[in-house]
Amino acid sequence: MIDKKWIGHRFPASTLTIERGRLQFFAKAIGESRPAYTDLAAARAAGFPDLLVPPTFLFAVELDSGTLERLITQLQIPIPKLLHGEQGFTYHRAAYAGDTVTVHSTITDIYEKKNGALEFVVKTSRALNQREEVVAELRSVIVCRH
Amino acid sequence: MTSHTFDTVQVGDELPILQVAPVDRTMLALFAGASGDHNPIHIDIDVARRAGLPDVFAHGMLGMAWLARLVTGWVPQSAVRRLDVRFLGITHLGNAMQCSGRVAAKLDHEGERCVRIELQSVNQFGQVKLLGEALVAIS
Repeated sequence: MIDKKWIGHRFPASTLTIERGRLQFFAKAIGESRPAYTDLAAARAAGFPDLLVPPTFLFAVELDSGTLERLITQLQIPIPKLLHGEQGFTYHRAAYAGDTVTVHSTITDIYEKKNGALEFVVKTSRALNQREEVVAELRSVIVCRH
Repeated sequence: MTSHTFDTVQVGDELPILQVAPVDRTMLALFAGASGDHNPIHIDIDVARRAGLPDVFAHGMLGMAWLARLVTGWVPQSAVRRLDVRFLGITHLGNAMQCSGRVAAKLDHEGERCVRIELQSVNQFGQVKLLGEALVAIS
């Protein structure tokens, strides 16, 4: 059983400076070949300050920092039982290569279904840029399958 | 990119299908590195087998990234207000995902004209792996 005492727990902020090369690598990995995501000159010609950060990339911030891994360890969820149940993003403004994004996360719910055979952890996050503007809110549901 | 307007878009309109190549180990290795998700269960068959699984399998977020590509192929990314998915099943090696979207509603959202798109990702055997929704602004 995941201890419900974790509801309300706030994680240390995670910060990632989003590098151009990382975005080009991410674009390759997801099969994204449009130039605004891969080619600086094309992105600038299209009116963007730098390469566009694709919609789901922000999930990387807490992976790079190790925050997500620590959450799973602290909650004592064995990796083989771990599943990603849901993921949501609400977007407020664009992010570009060169931005430094900081993510603040809180565990907002823990619940179970099927008499505890499935446990769910809900984490909500705010991603801010270097000007403290909200870029996006994230909502993740992590499932522990017994 | 075709431009759509609130008046021309109709409920029931379908987005052009995004067909992705079958999942292979190289894709998973690249996505592990690029996404920062280094969980070995997606890239190391020995770890997967010790966990009782037959083989490695795709990251959920890789499937979501493909659905995001579908949406940003239809409207500019700056129009995307929300993107939400549920992961219904494991996407296995060899699964060739077909990502599709359908306009489900036209609505006013926080003073903006928007459309809600229902999204799904289905493999070649008809198994739905991701279901989701996008909310996009459209003038």
